[in-house]
Amino acid sequence: MCLAIPGKIISAFEQRGLPMARVQFGPITREACLAYTPEAGVGDYVLVHVGFAISCVNAAEAERTYRALEELNQLGELEAPVVGGGGEAA
Amino acid sequence: MKFLDEYRDQKLAQQLVEEIHRVQTRPWVIMEVCGGQTHSIVKHGLDQMLPPGLELVHGPGCPVCVTSLEMIDKAHAIARRPDVIFCSFGDMLRVPGSNGDLFTLKAQGADVRVVYTPLDCLKLARQFPQKQVVFFAIGFETTAPANAMLVARARAEGLSNLSVLVSHVMVPPAIANILQSPHNRVQGFLGPGHVCAIMGYREYEPIASRFKVPIVITGFEPLDILQGTLMTVRQLERGEHRVENQYARILGRDGNPGARQVVFEVFEVSDRKWRGVGAIPKSGYKLRWEYRDHDAERKFEVKDVDTTEPAECISGQILKGIKKPHDCPAFGGVCTPLHPLGATMVSAEGACAAYYAYGRHLTQGAHP
Repeated sequence: MCLAIPGKIISAFEQRGLPMARVQFGPITREACLAYTPEAGVGDYVLVHVGFAISCVNAAEAERTYRALEELNQLGELEAPVVGGGGEAA
Repeated sequence: MKFLDEYRDQKLAQQLVEEIHRVQTRPWVIMEVCGGQTHSIVKHGLDQMLPPGLELVHGPGCPVCVTSLEMIDKAHAIARRPDVIFCSFGDMLRVPGSNGDLFTLKAQGADVRVVYTPLDCLKLARQFPQKQVVFFAIGFETTAPANAMLVARARAEGLSNLSVLVSHVMVPPAIANILQSPHNRVQGFLGPGHVCAIMGYREYEPIASRFKVPIVITGFEPLDILQGTLMTVRQLERGEHRVENQYARILGRDGNPGARQVVFEVFEVSDRKWRGVGAIPKSGYKLRWEYRDHDAERKFEVKDVDTTEPAECISGQILKGIKKPHDCPAFGGVCTPLHPLGATMVSAEGACAAYYAYGRHLTQGAHP
């Protein structure tokens, strides 16, 4: 029920005074209200719940979390760092 | 899709599992608060990848499940009226009241409609001025901004034929209720990621320090849940009890203040009865007096109905992490998603329904 899905804003418009957007979720596009994410614009990723963007996805944090997970890999005894990738500190 | 598929990477999941095995030295009981997390855990079998002795128990964070039988009976009483268009999120349609569900009412001719967003009700109210449009406003803090916006817009547009039946619930009082129980087993929490996208996590900090439990605000993808579990286990092993944020790509400590502002313009905190659990003081929202013209309970004068839940149902203990679906003799036999006895079987995000959906009724207690 608290399901919320990240999607990309592909266009923004106003409807009866409410800021709205068309948001793309993979192959599907739906409308979402941007009243709670006034900072979001076309090209940004927002988290959408029951037709409302409730949060902007923080790309830098997403990257940081993911890198931290990948670095667990390097704690493992069998995995050597791949040349040319993943070796930098987060 | 960006920011989604990456968090389902099997190899990284395996590494997280290995790290949890490495870090854990003693048995621990961790509760995931959200029904969405429960569903993800059972779907991906995450609990079965964890070390023996590390037990995940399933929390009360499924608003469909915990909506009280009285409130569902009120919804049905309103939906039966010929002048009403009754709107609801799809999840509520199969939830049984004392006498059938909304699907049955629809089949009998009631005008029951599923909406994608509460804002759809504004369109219906404009389109059918001679009808009463009623929205079943359920949910946790995640959904409150959307429901509050509906009420605020209805009032601003003067849509006097639009009202809401409010049954909102809040997570922190439910967590405190679990921790205060003399039978409590929960030692750490995976906190509710999307609730905290709105509320932030300041209000969890006094709970963590008062009850000395780690609370890690966690997302919903497999890697989120495994990483949240690892962070919780690390704290438990070190004897720490802090609030940490695994879900930093979505939220910060303050959540979404703009959304909260609209929520508290429209709603105020109230006592709330939870299905399976009972009344919890100050655990829900009700409409503020200024919005009483949009209160369906006032408008339709639905009386309190006396209701009783089946005695054999143990959903109250499951929602508190004291028992699990396999502890119930009715699970998968008398009680199934098509004929649910109680809260945890009525919605796909309830623990019993999730266990059933992924075939766990066929295996007896495969994991502690």
